[in-house]
Amino acid sequence: MSTTDGTAPPDRPADDPADRKKVELGPVGHLGDRLFSGLAHTSGGLVVAIVAFVGIFLLALAIPSLAKNESSFLFSRIWEPGGNPPKFGIAALFYTTVISSIIAMVIAVPIAVGVALFTTYYAPKRLAAPVSHAIDLLAAVPSIIYGLWGILFFAPILRPVINGLSSALGWLPVFEKPIGDNVGVVFTASVVLAIMILPVVTAISREIFAQTPVTHREGALALGATRWEMIRMAVLPYGRSGVVSASMLGLGRALGETVAVLIILSVPNGNDPWDPSIFAGGETFASKIANNAAEFDSPEKTGAYIAAGLVLFVVTFLVNSAARVIVARSTPGGKRNRRIRRIGDKPKTEGATV
Amino acid sequence: MSSTLAANRPAYDGKTLDLTGKSGARAVKNTLATIFIVLAFVIALIPLLWILWTVVSKGYHLLLDANWWGQSQRGVTVRREGGGAYHAIMGTLIMALITAVIAVPIAILGAIYLVEYGKGTKAAKAVSFTVDILTGVPSIVAALFVYAVWITVFGFNRVGFAVSLSLVLLMLPVVLRSTEEMLKLVPDELREASYALGVPKWKTILKVVVPTAFGGIVTGVMLGLARVMGETAPLLILVGYSKNINLNPFDGFMGALPTMINQDRTELALQPAADRVWAAALTLILLVLLLNLLARVIARFSTIKSK
Repeated sequence: MSTTDGTAPPDRPADDPADRKKVELGPVGHLGDRLFSGLAHTSGGLVVAIVAFVGIFLLALAIPSLAKNESSFLFSRIWEPGGNPPKFGIAALFYTTVISSIIAMVIAVPIAVGVALFTTYYAPKRLAAPVSHAIDLLAAVPSIIYGLWGILFFAPILRPVINGLSSALGWLPVFEKPIGDNVGVVFTASVVLAIMILPVVTAISREIFAQTPVTHREGALALGATRWEMIRMAVLPYGRSGVVSASMLGLGRALGETVAVLIILSVPNGNDPWDPSIFAGGETFASKIANNAAEFDSPEKTGAYIAAGLVLFVVTFLVNSAARVIVARSTPGGKRNRRIRRIGDKPKTEGATV
Repeated sequence: MSSTLAANRPAYDGKTLDLTGKSGARAVKNTLATIFIVLAFVIALIPLLWILWTVVSKGYHLLLDANWWGQSQRGVTVRREGGGAYHAIMGTLIMALITAVIAVPIAILGAIYLVEYGKGTKAAKAVSFTVDILTGVPSIVAALFVYAVWITVFGFNRVGFAVSLSLVLLMLPVVLRSTEEMLKLVPDELREASYALGVPKWKTILKVVVPTAFGGIVTGVMLGLARVMGETAPLLILVGYSKNINLNPFDGFMGALPTMINQDRTELALQPAADRVWAAALTLILLVLLLNLLARVIARFSTIKSK
């Protein structure tokens, strides 16, 4: 601060010290301010530290096991961390995790977009709010209940769908005919995952669709567009990036879902050859870890599961950050027009305009 | 009138500029789209109604029994009827409560940092980014992390408190984000008025900003609690299931509703076990729904009027 030693540049306004006095209104609350701001800063730092710790600890505990691992961690399908020497690879886990989540997205996204459009532009105004609350309720059902319901009640009615798909597309290894009468297959888990991510994708898509400028919509209608044409020409292009990022967030959810998948998927017998079909059983990262929690008895074995968890962490991290980047880069109408979201507030629905 | 207009109108074939009606194909497309959209909504609603109906119809009768709310499963085998869910309900509530006690202050202070102190700085952007990461952390990874620290590194036992620690990671981002959104909605005029009266910043935040946003903050806490109560993965890894009443989160295994469901689900062929599974599921859904409902009610009565 050059002002205090009297060597201030000549062009500086002369009343500078007076200005400084104006700000200093007295010692009231200085200590409190410092304490409170310290607390707030610490909490902010703590959040960063927690995330850093998660990464560092998982990595630190995974490395010793990975060093002892005798097979390729990324490309092997063997999982015998307790063996001598330990052999484990995540290829099979990765495959099941990714394919089940992708199928879940393929099913959930069109339905979610449909539901979002229904609540924003089709449902009568009076119905729109209760309808979206009802869909939000899906998110409130704990995942263990999805799992139970999925395997007990939902899987049996999916059997004809599975038979139909496999007889039509069975020539592809992914759709190969199921062996035996197994209900706990990847496809069933995917459909249940689709139901679980539906509310996430719907809620975000709804927000984005509701933000479509009235002028765009009215312009389309004034040109004689039908309601669907208005949606296709004005609403969908406007909300596209929002829907993409919503889907990515849903994908992140599906990748990490544990208990529902754990309950539904039947674990393949260790001696069976690996089956790439979605009509066979399998294990995802999350279900593998949860299934084998009892096996965490030696540091080497635990390390193998932690390494798998680390991969899941990295994958979900990448997917979720991709979603954020898309949101940040292409928020419709630029940042200034973004509607401030109120938690728990009623969604802004426009009702039927046609 | 109309005749003069018609006379002045230039001659055209009537097809190129026909704006009056819809062509068949366009009308069909519009109808198909409407059908698809309504169908999507119906399809989305089916699993919700089905799940709720399943759980309610199969679980309600045990809930009508006072023993369900007052007794544990101590000494009750899967083949025997009786006992209750008191131990699991208390376990779920205790673990959720500890989670809230740890997560809520950090979350609120973190949100205050983001809105009141760090606004726009690089550090705040870093915090905001890590909150986003935390939002996407799967519960199994949070559980594994706590396992790595609590059990592998420190050598502690599997106890309820470890579960709470992992749930903190899941609750923190929910509460922080919702608090942040609410604090952003507090009009700057309120802050300025307070500063103008010579009130220091920390008192302004505590006495003006936070109380204004209080309803929204409570809503966020409720939603966060609802999220962590149904989590099962951390329970499976970090604490064993106990049929006895254990109210001490630092010692011994502890019952919780998700693990109670998980315990009996392997014996669903036996009626008493099946009854307990669905009754526990219904109790859990009721708890979670109650919190969601409460959140919504509070939100309705306490939205900040921004203008």
